[in-house]
Amino acid sequence: MELSPIWRRQWRTFRRNRRGLWSLYLFLVLFVLSLGAEFVANDKPILVRYQGELYMPVFNVYPETTFGGLFETEANYRDPYVSELINEDGWMLWPPVRYSYDTINYDLEVPAPAPPSADNWLGTDDQGRDVLARLIHGFRLSVLFGLILTVAASAIGIVVGAVQGYYGGWLDLAGQRFVEVWSSMPILYLIIVISSFVVPGFWTLLVIMLLFSWMTLVDLVRAEFLRARNLDYVRAAQALGVRTPVILFRHMLPNAMVATLTYLPFVLNASVIMLTSLDFIGFGLPPGSASLGELLGQGKANLHAPWLGLSAFVTLALMLSLLVFVGEAVRDAFDPRKYLAGTGETS
Amino acid sequence: MSLLSVRNLSIWFDDPARPAVDGVDLDIEAGRMLALVGESGSGKSLTALSVIDLLPPGATRRADALTLEGEDVLGWPEARRRALRGGRVGTIFQEPLTALNPLHKVEKQIGEAIRVHQRLGREAVRRRCLELLEQVELPASEDMLARYPHQLSGGQRQRVMIAMALANDPQLLIADEPTTALDVTIQETILDLLKRLQRERHLSILLISHDLGLVGRFAEDVAVMHRGRIVERGATGEVLSAPRDAYTRHLLDAEPAGRPDPLPADPPVLLRADDLAVHFPGRRQGWLGRRDTVAAVDGVSFQVHRGETLGVVGESGSGKSTVALALLRLIQARGKVVLLDQPLHELGGRALRPWRRHMQVVFQDPYGSLNPRLTVSQAVEEGLRVHHKELDAAQRAARVRDLLAEVGLPADSGDRYPHEFSGGQRQRIAIARALVLEPDLLILDEPTSALDRSVQAQVLDLLKALQRRHGLSYVFISHDLKVVRAISHRLLVMRHGKVVEHGDTDRVFANPEDAYTRRLIDAAFSRDGKQAVAQ
Repeated sequence: MELSPIWRRQWRTFRRNRRGLWSLYLFLVLFVLSLGAEFVANDKPILVRYQGELYMPVFNVYPETTFGGLFETEANYRDPYVSELINEDGWMLWPPVRYSYDTINYDLEVPAPAPPSADNWLGTDDQGRDVLARLIHGFRLSVLFGLILTVAASAIGIVVGAVQGYYGGWLDLAGQRFVEVWSSMPILYLIIVISSFVVPGFWTLLVIMLLFSWMTLVDLVRAEFLRARNLDYVRAAQALGVRTPVILFRHMLPNAMVATLTYLPFVLNASVIMLTSLDFIGFGLPPGSASLGELLGQGKANLHAPWLGLSAFVTLALMLSLLVFVGEAVRDAFDPRKYLAGTGETS
Repeated sequence: MSLLSVRNLSIWFDDPARPAVDGVDLDIEAGRMLALVGESGSGKSLTALSVIDLLPPGATRRADALTLEGEDVLGWPEARRRALRGGRVGTIFQEPLTALNPLHKVEKQIGEAIRVHQRLGREAVRRRCLELLEQVELPASEDMLARYPHQLSGGQRQRVMIAMALANDPQLLIADEPTTALDVTIQETILDLLKRLQRERHLSILLISHDLGLVGRFAEDVAVMHRGRIVERGATGEVLSAPRDAYTRHLLDAEPAGRPDPLPADPPVLLRADDLAVHFPGRRQGWLGRRDTVAAVDGVSFQVHRGETLGVVGESGSGKSTVALALLRLIQARGKVVLLDQPLHELGGRALRPWRRHMQVVFQDPYGSLNPRLTVSQAVEEGLRVHHKELDAAQRAARVRDLLAEVGLPADSGDRYPHEFSGGQRQRIAIARALVLEPDLLILDEPTSALDRSVQAQVLDLLKALQRRHGLSYVFISHDLKVVRAISHRLLVMRHGKVVEHGDTDRVFANPEDAYTRRLIDAAFSRDGKQAVAQ
């Protein structure tokens, strides 16, 4: 579908903000790289050639016996014995970081947490796991969690706001009061209480947080729809006999999206921060998950190992700053006073 | 020596080669009113506002000279030029509702204008405010000083604006379309006031207007602007009675004229509205008390015959637009609406939908009535998608193409977006959208009010042609009696939600029965009388 001229003009304005544009590029590169985290940081080789045949340990599980070993269990490619077997009659292609987020390095020469070395570029945490690998996987987890939460929360918020704004009256009044009561719930305590009788996983945590974060956009979208329902083109569509859902989604939503999209990067940021802080205090993802918050927590517990706290801090700061810069550029791009500036339109 | 003189003024936005104002010379004599006339986009407001450095962002100004009483203003430092605004030069804007701060009382609005330029004590400022209120013919009372803008009528707000402009005894008053947003009967009184102030204070007034009738009646001098240039200037009487420039003649000819086509004898009734009433909820009596209702429309009855135009006339707040919404059943209304012998008031939601294609609407604002994110053909074909599901994309496209040609839009319009069109063209798009379902009745809610006079005439011609070709009936809502006379067979005059006069157009204009109707007609046509005298 071709972009409408309004979108094209807004994209031009967005690109004029160099900082936002470069932040977007950088963020996308980091995000795409982290999506393939298994190919960047893993304790299995990407490709193995053994006795003339190709194996992909990243995708498949091969028992040690495949490579002439003794055990029926999955081959541990980091084991010098296994790697010797393979290298005798083939080769292995390793990812740049030879640790996954949960690989424990048993060969540390110093007690964990170990400082950065040629082997562990950013050191290890207090359980001997590679910090860089955990950062790469943790970045992916945080952004994905944030994105899913943002999209789901926005979708619910937009529909609720749209219905409230379009119909108005009692529905609006009841909806507003409900949102007010609901949003005054202390979400952090609720999660702490809930996590005392269920161990929250990725999806349960997502659902719980979704329950309390869909309200962000409701007021905004509601206000836009309240305004839009009295616009002449909406009235004209009503007079044509266009059905209500079509009016809502074809005529009103695209014009209300401007205000909404402006908020999205900031909602995404808030979601990431929420997850990180839950992990930090230990009520977030299950133990062992690649989590930036948990790494921060370790940094606090191990002040003598500054590489823990510093790495987590720099990663978080970078990710959140990039998102804020992108968000600012998006906000400017959608500001009609900015994207119309210089076109000579006066009233 | 003239009070203000401007030499070779140019203003541009992006490209100096495409100036919005192009080499304008202007002289305003002391104690006279100069009218700057032109259609929208002619650069008349830019020219006037540039005198006091009030240009929109992005605009660049260049002038050879800008002198006030012989002093070169351009050479002044920024602070001194700023002191000019509201000091020696007062300004009145078009829309008094947005030009006044809604959170400030009248006293503070006027008081601020005084305090910015003069050091006066609290009491002195208040005395001066009362004095100014008296001069603009408002009740000079404490009660008036304590009111907020929303508690004032449009005319009163404009008077407060004038009081603010007069606060520091200016020599020059710039009035940017000061009466355009007001009702006709009030326009008169505001201009009478400006004229009186001009005489009493020996004030110079730069009046920006698109309304030649008004200008002919009040201004001594006139300058006609077209595409950033002044094409003709001179004493008002001479210019308007014997225009030398083709564009001036074009403007003068654009005054709506002509009559509707005669009706066939005894046409059948298409629409009947019986005792139509719309009530809006008003103030609640106490916490749990009953809510008052405000009657926006109260007991309005009329009929529209096939092929006929019914003009609905009234000032703002008379309920004429509410009648349109009630007919279309877009708001809750009581009373009967019978279209093609089908009582619409008995139908709701789904059952009403098939009947909607017989009755369509065109709104006033050509900018707000089209969705900015739909192409023209998407907007126009929407009705077909709803009511003619049997048509495929190619058939719809063909229908839309024919229709766009019929309303006089260029052949490639379909794929373009509304913002690429002018106001008049957008109104044609809105008409095409309404006509796509081949309705029997078109409700036109001030369809020409936001357009320039010459564009207005074109749209009226289009409407008449469409009526001839398709036997359409119109309900034509307008505040402009001249326009209504040019198109309506019958007339409905509304005031405060009630019908005050109803009858054949010719009869009503020749012999109005109601005093209010007479006043409206006087206000609208007395200017022509004056003009005729000038000729």
